[in-house]
Amino acid sequence: MAVDIRQRTGWLFLAITVGHIILISAQVNTRRGVPMLEEATFGVFAEVQRAATTVIGGAYDSWENYFALQQVRRDNERLQQEVAQLRVQMQQERALAQQSRSLQQLLDLRSSLQVETTAANVIGAGASAEFRTMTLDKGTSDGLGPDMAVISPSGVVGRVILPTARASKLQLLIDRNAAAGAIVERSRAQGVAIGTGTDRLRLDYVSGTADVQVGDRVVTSGIDGIYPKGFVIGQIESVQRGAGEFSGIVLRPAVDFSGLESVLVVLTPSPGVAENVVPPPASRDLPTRGSSQ
Amino acid sequence: MKAAGVLVAIALALALQTTLARFVVGGTAALDLVLVVVIYVALSTGPVTGMLAGSVAGIIQDALSMTTGVIGIGGLAKSIVGFAAGVIGQQFIVTAALPRFVMFLGATVLHATIFMGLYVLLELREFSAPWVAVASQAVINAAVGMIAFTIIESLPGFVERRRSRRVRH
Repeated sequence: MAVDIRQRTGWLFLAITVGHIILISAQVNTRRGVPMLEEATFGVFAEVQRAATTVIGGAYDSWENYFALQQVRRDNERLQQEVAQLRVQMQQERALAQQSRSLQQLLDLRSSLQVETTAANVIGAGASAEFRTMTLDKGTSDGLGPDMAVISPSGVVGRVILPTARASKLQLLIDRNAAAGAIVERSRAQGVAIGTGTDRLRLDYVSGTADVQVGDRVVTSGIDGIYPKGFVIGQIESVQRGAGEFSGIVLRPAVDFSGLESVLVVLTPSPGVAENVVPPPASRDLPTRGSSQ
Repeated sequence: MKAAGVLVAIALALALQTTLARFVVGGTAALDLVLVVVIYVALSTGPVTGMLAGSVAGIIQDALSMTTGVIGIGGLAKSIVGFAAGVIGQQFIVTAALPRFVMFLGATVLHATIFMGLYVLLELREFSAPWVAVASQAVINAAVGMIAFTIIESLPGFVERRRSRRVRH
């Protein structure tokens, strides 16, 4: 009980003191000429207003941001869908552009050749990894026949080995049973480019005294009666010598066989000369391996 | 009855302050009879009564002192002094002459400090070297307060009334 009385006394003292301060403040002006009570009241009320504005403004902003975030999420989903659609569309456009470039290159090649050709599309690959073959969408009804050379703007692709009425099987030059008469463009050294079943070719039957260097370009010699002379086969990647003869010359094919889409089939297997090749000084017997599979 | 007695005492003090005091001690600044009454009430009855008495007496004194123009400064000073004197009077035995004298001295100095401090703080007045005046007022207030205590306690029946009051509490 005594505690309550002391507490009440304290509160009473506080109330009277505050009352006097308010009374004094109501009469005394500040330096700005405003009564202290008015200024203090305004100051306190302004802080209350500031706090209320902060709280209410914060709640309002949070609410607005919540709705804004929802809108942003919807926009984000819509934009992601648009981006996905545009990516697909861009890939389609890119594919079309690439196809146009390939066709243009084929057209340029065809117009530069002195032989009659026809364009064909690759519609399938070989069923077995042992045989590097592809399927063309043209056959005998389009004038295709066995042992016709198949070329592309990059170089020699292979030859037709099994034509049907509306399609043909194409043996790639990298097939282990394929070969083509070849000549080193720089030194005119002759040999035979032979498929290895891998993505590389082998250049055999090159004279031990021939000048062969890494980086030399190898083209068709035309001696095999299948491939027109002067088409690029590939580039020499490595040269190995042993006992005065070449023990191994490896070619990197000029054609990317994995990216073939359209090719040209040489309809007239004549020994025509391509524009970019100087005819070889002499030709020699070539062990042909052009038998059909 | 106690409140009425306090109010009468305050009224008498104000009357004496404004009329007789200046003739007796030579000026109002040297004696604050109202403060003496407030201290006496606080010591006699406790902090609450002392505080209320100081508040009422101070506000009236402020209202009557037309020179300041601010009502409440004296009231605040006297209410604080009344509260403090009442608390001390409850916590310590101040029935002897010396403690009472010291109480009056201290209360007067506290009152002057608050009173002048508020005026200076509010830039309403300046007090140049007030220590002599405050000290003299403290001594005079203490002397008057001691006399007042002596007179009142010598009145017939005072001891019995105080004893009976203590028994009731």
